[in-house]
Amino acid sequence: MGGWFPIYLREILILQRKLLRQIASMSVSPLLYLIAFGLGMGRDITIQGRSYLEFLIPGLVAMNSMVQAFTIATEINVARFYWGIFEEFQAAPLSDAAYVTGEALAGITRALLSVIVVILIAAISGVRLSYNLFFWLAVILNSFLFSSLAIGLAMVVKSHADQSLLTNFVITPMAFLGGTFFPLDKMPPWVQGLLKLLPLTPASEAIRASAYGQTPPWFPYLILTVLGGAMFVLAIKLVKKARD
Amino acid sequence: MIEITNLVKRYKTVQALNGVSLQVAKGELFAYLGPNGSGKTTTIRILTGLTKPTSGDAYLNGCHFERDALKAKRQCGLVPQVVNLDTELTVRENLDIHGRIFKMPSGERRARTDALLEYVEMDDRGDSLVKHLSGGMKRRVMVARALLHSPEILFLDEPTVGLDPAIRRRLWSLLKKIQQGGATIFLTTHYIEEAEFLADRVAFLDFGNLVQLDTPNNLKARIGDWALDEMIDGHMHTQYFSSRSEAQAVIDQKQGGFSLRRVNLEDAFIALTGKKVSDDGSVAKTPEDNEPAATAPSPGAGGH
Repeated sequence: MGGWFPIYLREILILQRKLLRQIASMSVSPLLYLIAFGLGMGRDITIQGRSYLEFLIPGLVAMNSMVQAFTIATEINVARFYWGIFEEFQAAPLSDAAYVTGEALAGITRALLSVIVVILIAAISGVRLSYNLFFWLAVILNSFLFSSLAIGLAMVVKSHADQSLLTNFVITPMAFLGGTFFPLDKMPPWVQGLLKLLPLTPASEAIRASAYGQTPPWFPYLILTVLGGAMFVLAIKLVKKARD
Repeated sequence: MIEITNLVKRYKTVQALNGVSLQVAKGELFAYLGPNGSGKTTTIRILTGLTKPTSGDAYLNGCHFERDALKAKRQCGLVPQVVNLDTELTVRENLDIHGRIFKMPSGERRARTDALLEYVEMDDRGDSLVKHLSGGMKRRVMVARALLHSPEILFLDEPTVGLDPAIRRRLWSLLKKIQQGGATIFLTTHYIEEAEFLADRVAFLDFGNLVQLDTPNNLKARIGDWALDEMIDGHMHTQYFSSRSEAQAVIDQKQGGFSLRRVNLEDAFIALTGKKVSDDGSVAKTPEDNEPAATAPSPGAGGH
């Protein structure tokens, strides 16, 4: 288990080498959503007594941390299919749990960086929210869940093209439907029921409540922890299976 | 040092390894020779934990390759066929990550990195990004990386594929040097001259079967010392003789162009497997391809 650090360090060194490009890439979608939905369509809309921008920023935090944590799958697949680095790790005395831990932490680091980008964009837009411990805990749990999911799925796909398909089918719908851009309580009850099953929904709920300075409900944290733990264990099993 | 017993690997429709058993002694340089698809890489992948075998056992320096996998892996270094360095990282960073994975203390990691980069004559490129290195340089970095944690056993899977002859020879010298340092080397290759030049013992592998295993000299001696090449109907036919005088006696009775030379390992491979390996690793067609599998001819009685 102690061997996670070199895996993490490798991802961080690569991230550091292209940091400016990465930050620019992390800024694009929140900036576009902010301009289109926040400043464009949502200027005169209020939700739960707050401006739409205040509603949107926590959603963008949840979405961006999910997307960036999930991006670790792309890094893993590039290392696996193009560079063959994954085999270097497989041939090394490194446990599957250590590998998954290193990659999951790298995914969380990327996600945290992307959240800082969103917070800076929000500050520039004049939105002031509360970035307290509950907020960061929800961000970390959300990133842990999605980076673990990403590692597991990266072991299942057979090519880089399959990875794009997964992103399109798993991440993109969740980004729009997981309580990011609109409150779920405006939807018909059966739709609400379905959308509450998406892992991003409790993350949006917890991040939004804590960003509003409220004491967030504990249930979303429980769901994120249980799902994250399950994804982590699944990722370890899939890494083991990917050996052949 | 390496003990393989009845190793079998079956993919859906392909039998990649068909019950291979062999032993490699400590300090030996062992070459695994065969055309593409003969099962060479599969064997190395199984021994290094990259592929699960269908059945069979292997011990690496006394450690079972599956039951005691982490301990077995600590004893091994691997230079895979495909360059698998992190191209976005520098040479030193690549080695540093490897050393950390093998839990080497920082001082030892740095000292070994310096020593090995000098050893592979890359000490002036330690801070270069890997993507800026030539193919030959990358191969040498991979050898340095595989040696960083001082493995007892070094696996090299076709280490000189795609390298120009001068760099190939340089890598051969390096491998000899590594063997002299006490390491056991298990090398796969389809370059017959590479096996002949480097190996203490050579195994011929064909369609997943181990067909011959001996020293290069013994393998050659099985077919004779002299080879007489003759072009008949556009095909090269070779006869083998145990002495030059026997060959000369045949030449004296014939008209036309002959070429008399010493038997090499390629002759032994062709005679003992009925196959010829071309430079790209594929099985080249020989006039005998449509005939039943050849058996080893007795010295002097050639016929290939």
